[in-house]
Amino acid sequence: MRKSLYLFIGFVLMTFSVALLMAHADPFTKEDLKKWDEAFTAVTKEGEKLFHSSTLGKNSVSCDMCHPNASDAHPETYPKFQKQIGKVVGLRDMINWCIQNPLEGNPLAADDPKMIALEAYITFERRGVKLEPGKH
Amino acid sequence: MSREMTRRTFLKAAGVLTAAAAVPVGLVETVWGQKPGEKFTFAYISDPHITQIKGTEFVRNFERGLRKAVLEVNFMDPAPDFVVFGGDLAQLGKKEEFEHGLEIMKDLTVPVKWVIGEHDYYLDLGQYWQEKISPLYYSFDHKGVHFVVLTSILTDDDWTYRRWPTPEERMLQMARLDNPNGSPFMVKREQREWLMNDLAKISHETPLVVLSHSPLYKIFKPWNFWTDDAEEVQAILKPFKNVTVLHGHVHQVLYNQIGNIAFNAFMGTAWPWPYPVSYSQLPNAVPSITVLMNRADPFKERDGTGWGHLDVNGGMLHHYELWENTPRVVRVGGKMKTPEDTAYQNPAERILPQTHY
Repeated sequence: MRKSLYLFIGFVLMTFSVALLMAHADPFTKEDLKKWDEAFTAVTKEGEKLFHSSTLGKNSVSCDMCHPNASDAHPETYPKFQKQIGKVVGLRDMINWCIQNPLEGNPLAADDPKMIALEAYITFERRGVKLEPGKH
Repeated sequence: MSREMTRRTFLKAAGVLTAAAAVPVGLVETVWGQKPGEKFTFAYISDPHITQIKGTEFVRNFERGLRKAVLEVNFMDPAPDFVVFGGDLAQLGKKEEFEHGLEIMKDLTVPVKWVIGEHDYYLDLGQYWQEKISPLYYSFDHKGVHFVVLTSILTDDDWTYRRWPTPEERMLQMARLDNPNGSPFMVKREQREWLMNDLAKISHETPLVVLSHSPLYKIFKPWNFWTDDAEEVQAILKPFKNVTVLHGHVHQVLYNQIGNIAFNAFMGTAWPWPYPVSYSQLPNAVPSITVLMNRADPFKERDGTGWGHLDVNGGMLHHYELWENTPRVVRVGGKMKTPEDTAYQNPAERILPQTHY
């Protein structure tokens, strides 16, 4: 009985070792990078579409009408104290504020793929600008 | 019944008083020009972007902006001689949007001089505008000043006539400011030739005011803060001693001086555009002499919007009636070489909310 238990443990350990040998922590290739970049670009493009969509809200107003190229959204300053709300909020809180007010629509869940896409587009249009969380 | 009437009458009167108190009516009457002509005032309303949602439903925010501007212009005392409308009455050039906008504009108690914007043009290529509102380009004289109205939002024939499957698609494409498939604005040859002929009979000493929708200079091409043949137009204006170009489109306080020409833009009544300096990916040519208007507070619906009025008296005082904010006054002409803000031109006088990033 005990012998078979040792055998079993030995077998499990060996399986793990083989698995570990096969999967290094961080092996990736140029093809992988290309694939991931394409995935990111697709989400950014989706975000650009939503940002310019007259149906994200309910009154045919779209985000780009006040923020061409997502300008004046300064994602690099979030999270920050939003004086009009009276507490520290994230970029997604302001995205939802805009959807609910100027666009007169319904807010998105934080993990809604549409929210992720909007964040991706807004941030991408601000790439290279240094992070300044908290800046008003 | 009579008590109800009294209450209603009181509420009405109180409403009028509140509105009147909110309107700055003190016009500055300083003579600074060398040879002041007959002084007069005119008002400037631009970019209301009346947007139809469906049927008789319109975007409330934008409609309120135009109504507020009309109300405040009507409260000016003394009344302006006329109002210049700077373009973009409609958002997508629809008949319903024009009709609704005109219904609000007809409450103005003074005449209107109309300038067309791209949102008014690219659905039917100016057909409704010319039939019901105004010619596309014309000139008039007023108290010693020659005014010229141009359509500066034309573009090349291929884009206009051949690129898009339907007029609706063409309008949607032009309505998107940051559209990589857009096309640069132009005055084009036909109007430039008309302008040359129109100005041929005008003395070079006569003050000239040119009214266009887009700036007749080049600031930022990707958003069409730009007119492609601006240099050709400027060359036609060059012999005149005193030229001011007034334009809309940019929805912001913006002024510049190029040679003999002063340029001034006004806010829209609908919403403010950001300055191109706030788009970090591309260079821009926002004039360095412009003191930027305060970064708009999105929680104040009317912040960054408003209207303007101009006192013509040898030179010009441009009054920017910025709602939810401190009004601005920019002085143009007279002894001044370049336009300058009467309060903030000195960098030491500027305030933090004028910082854009």
